[in-house]
Amino acid sequence: MESHDVIVIGGGHAGAEAAAASARMGARTLLLTQKLATIGAMSCNPAIGGLGRGHLVREIDALDGLMGRAIDAGGIQFRVLNRRKGPAVQGPRAQADRRLYVRAVQDLLAAQAGLVLAEGEAAGLLRHGTRVTGVVTAEGRELRAGAVVLTTGTFLRGEIHLGTERWPAGRVGDQPAVALARDLEAAGVRLGRLKTGTPPRLDGRTIDWAALARQPGDEPPRPFSFLTTRITNPQIACHVTRTTEASHDLIRAHLHEAPLFSGQIAATGVRYCPSIEDKVVRFAERTGHQVFLEPEGLDDHTVYPNGISTSLPRAVQEALVRTIPGLGRAVITQPGYAIEYDHVDPRELDPTLELRALPGLFLAGQINGTTGYEEAAAQGIMAGANAALRASGRRPDAVLDRAEAYIGVLVDDLTTQGITEPYRMFTSRAEYRLMLRADNADRRLTERGTGLGLVGTARHARLLDKLDKLTRAEALLDDHRLTPPEAATYGIRVNHDGATRTARQLLASPEVDIARLATIWPELGDIAAEIAEQIEIGERYAPYLKRQVADIADFRREESLDLPPEVDFAALAGLSGELRALLSRVRPTTLGAAARLPGMTPAALTLLYRHVRRAA
Amino acid sequence: MNERRATVFAPATPPGRSALGVLRISGPAAAPAAEQLAGRVPEPRRATVAELRDPASGALLDRALLLFFPAPSSSTGEDVLEIQHHGGAAVARSLVEALGAMPELRPAEPGEFSRRAFLAGKLDLTAAEGLADLIDATSAAQARAALRQMDGALGALYVDWRERLLRALALLEAEIDFAAEEEVPDRLWAFVEPDLAALAADLRRHLDDGRRGERLRRGIAIAVIGAPNVGKSSLVNAIARRDVAIVTPFAGTTRDVIEVALDLDSLPVTLLDTAGLRDSDDPIELQGIARAKARAASADLRLLVVDDPADLPEAEGNDPTTLRVLNKLDLCRRHDLLPGVIGVSATTGEGLDGLLAAVAAVARDLLPGTDEVLLTRARHRTALHDAQNALERALALGVAGDLGLLAEEVRLAGRALGRITGAFGVEDILDRVFSEFCIGK
Repeated sequence: MESHDVIVIGGGHAGAEAAAASARMGARTLLLTQKLATIGAMSCNPAIGGLGRGHLVREIDALDGLMGRAIDAGGIQFRVLNRRKGPAVQGPRAQADRRLYVRAVQDLLAAQAGLVLAEGEAAGLLRHGTRVTGVVTAEGRELRAGAVVLTTGTFLRGEIHLGTERWPAGRVGDQPAVALARDLEAAGVRLGRLKTGTPPRLDGRTIDWAALARQPGDEPPRPFSFLTTRITNPQIACHVTRTTEASHDLIRAHLHEAPLFSGQIAATGVRYCPSIEDKVVRFAERTGHQVFLEPEGLDDHTVYPNGISTSLPRAVQEALVRTIPGLGRAVITQPGYAIEYDHVDPRELDPTLELRALPGLFLAGQINGTTGYEEAAAQGIMAGANAALRASGRRPDAVLDRAEAYIGVLVDDLTTQGITEPYRMFTSRAEYRLMLRADNADRRLTERGTGLGLVGTARHARLLDKLDKLTRAEALLDDHRLTPPEAATYGIRVNHDGATRTARQLLASPEVDIARLATIWPELGDIAAEIAEQIEIGERYAPYLKRQVADIADFRREESLDLPPEVDFAALAGLSGELRALLSRVRPTTLGAAARLPGMTPAALTLLYRHVRRAA
Repeated sequence: MNERRATVFAPATPPGRSALGVLRISGPAAAPAAEQLAGRVPEPRRATVAELRDPASGALLDRALLLFFPAPSSSTGEDVLEIQHHGGAAVARSLVEALGAMPELRPAEPGEFSRRAFLAGKLDLTAAEGLADLIDATSAAQARAALRQMDGALGALYVDWRERLLRALALLEAEIDFAAEEEVPDRLWAFVEPDLAALAADLRRHLDDGRRGERLRRGIAIAVIGAPNVGKSSLVNAIARRDVAIVTPFAGTTRDVIEVALDLDSLPVTLLDTAGLRDSDDPIELQGIARAKARAASADLRLLVVDDPADLPEAEGNDPTTLRVLNKLDLCRRHDLLPGVIGVSATTGEGLDGLLAAVAAVARDLLPGTDEVLLTRARHRTALHDAQNALERALALGVAGDLGLLAEEVRLAGRALGRITGAFGVEDILDRVFSEFCIGK
């Protein structure tokens, strides 16, 4: 019988990262997918990154993942969002050429040692008791594995809605995974239902570009990956238009045909509104909503109108598009649609993303209730690493905490809070936002990833080189000093306290940067821009970072209070029935995780705290 | 897995003179205790008169009113027995001795009843603090403040502040996370700044209440100061003996500063009898004098006692918190009494009523009005102070500031306020963002 260390089911963004991570950890890995050609495909918008999401990509890259390098190879417009709002809240974003991006992902996978890609449909899991031991394909082939990573995306019992039409599909043109959903249910996994959607695609040759506002990218484009030195693709501009009163009237007139409002889609509604019909209903007073026209490729005429996701009937979509300035003659090449799919309550997962009910089975991506390529990839890398550890008989312990990474925030939120709508990353979710910046992801995580076995030697060497340059640059800055009167002669304002300040200390003021200091001491001009930026941010944020470090110490103290796995939450007297049920279901592993559970009360925590101490 | 909870008891009323006293017993052995004392367990939640007898000797201790609240419908969530007995130290002491003799009972630690209520989910943190205050309230005014806190007048104010801060934070977070998406205007700080400035000003005003709330909680401290042998201790004793003042001597105070808690016309007052202030070479006595000086300096009100009008300093400025008292009035000539000096005689009791009236008048000014919302906890002050400071720093960063840092300061303010009102999570903020802005891909 065919046997692997780890089998990854699904070739989307979660599956690709999981397979690559598992193989980097040294596990013999099989990636099983319905279609090899669609590995790494962007099913929805042709873009990577943004706020929070851009941070995730930088972290994935710092752990030697694929996404950062893939978007650098496939990106055709790069922008750093919030450029003027401070380093901690800047997020990189890029438009992708779909084909270039897919090729980049597939090239990286092909180059990965220890990884085999295979086409086939997983129809069920092999189990020994509850322990998952492999996969059964639709043809009945049994593939054994030490651990399995399941990344079903929207395929798990997926169903597309388009006006009053509906049909089972994983994505337009692809079959859903129905047998697998039944098998999971048979194994006792409870499944919930979520909904997402996508806008119609337009033929760019039928758009009146001249009438629209142009939105260029940054010049020069800034790469995502710490390994990329330069973006070589030609760069394009996007354009912006907006819906009109006529668009909104049309939508209102056809709401009864919208699956979201006719009752055809039962899945939970969301607070942020992904479909244009949602926006029109929820913000009835608005006279227009922005639409970003994003080209899908350099030699592809398809345009993605970001902002008008819809599942209205085809004919209504045609009419709707033509109410929008610049799109009067636009032709739809593929209608928008909504898709419903099954997901697992992520509170049934351990922080390693292993399903408690079925040891050996790890879940990543939309199956855990998230939305977005970046969220999927971030879970994929952690699930792949933990699956590899499980398969090799080691304890899966690839877990990042909330103070280390957005990835840690993501996994912790999912596994302790659960979800009521598709989960998306925002910077506001991170308590330690000043610390968890996109610019320092490598300094936060590459060493950590090396310790886990996730990071290759080339990337690690790159980090060490950077740290060495940082140390030397800091020493150089410390060698140059100014007294307050001297500083004043250069126009640098400091307190006249008689204290001499080093060049590094002068950087605490937001008006001073290394380029300016280099006009005083030309030798400082040798410090590379990337290094200079790190030092400048570090000095400017120093008082804040110091406080966050103290907060993190507090946070870690709570995190280090383990709730022993044998705690019988159901038998804890003094807790409400509701909380007992919640704790029994989620099984927080630390007091800190328990504290973050929704509905947790100080009284209950005090009770748990006594428990921890008694057990210790 | 759960240790069996001990059953605890404690007087719920302060020791001292009163018509009635209340003793409470909480825990699984509360009902057996009733059985042993009264021969039966009273019907739940029904006042029952019973003769209480010492289980060992059979001696009648008191005819008392019993109230039994079975778990979980009681103040602590456990079985609770309340004994309303006749006032007087002897009755209370004999009951406490009888209960203490029962092997399954032990005296409660300070605050243990509130803690048990808190653990049983009967109280949130603010309410628990309010109750703790109620339990050790030594006067009616203190009890009223504690009750108001539990009713949530203070809570309502905090909720309003929390609401305003949450809104500001939601706007800032929206500008950070969603400005690149549609419809979130840039430069939301312009909308947020006036709101935060107003909030910071409100906090500042509130904190600037002269610590009256805290004073109400711990009582107004009145230091009795003066040279040795002017009759300070006699004066304190004379005041304490008056019917107008119910006295509780605190145990465990230093030998240098004797504290006496009084209920003066419904006002909580602590009299501090300081050691005689005089020059000395004895290092131990010097320490006592230093302590007395420090204590006097930190007191809310000082009674400067002399026994010779010639020793009275000129009234310095017009310090309303120092009352000048001439003792041994019986030995002086009346016409020596200067205006603004209160003459008393600790020996004859002459002038004491006037002194107490003067003290009460000043004390009342130092305490918050009954309808004012109080800051009864130093913890609250610290939290509000932290919040205010963070807001001031945010406002100083201003419009040109780094939005990440600005939001960080507002987050810190939110966290400080959250220490009182309960933390506000990211979901609260996102709810706001999504209800105000249309955000989506």
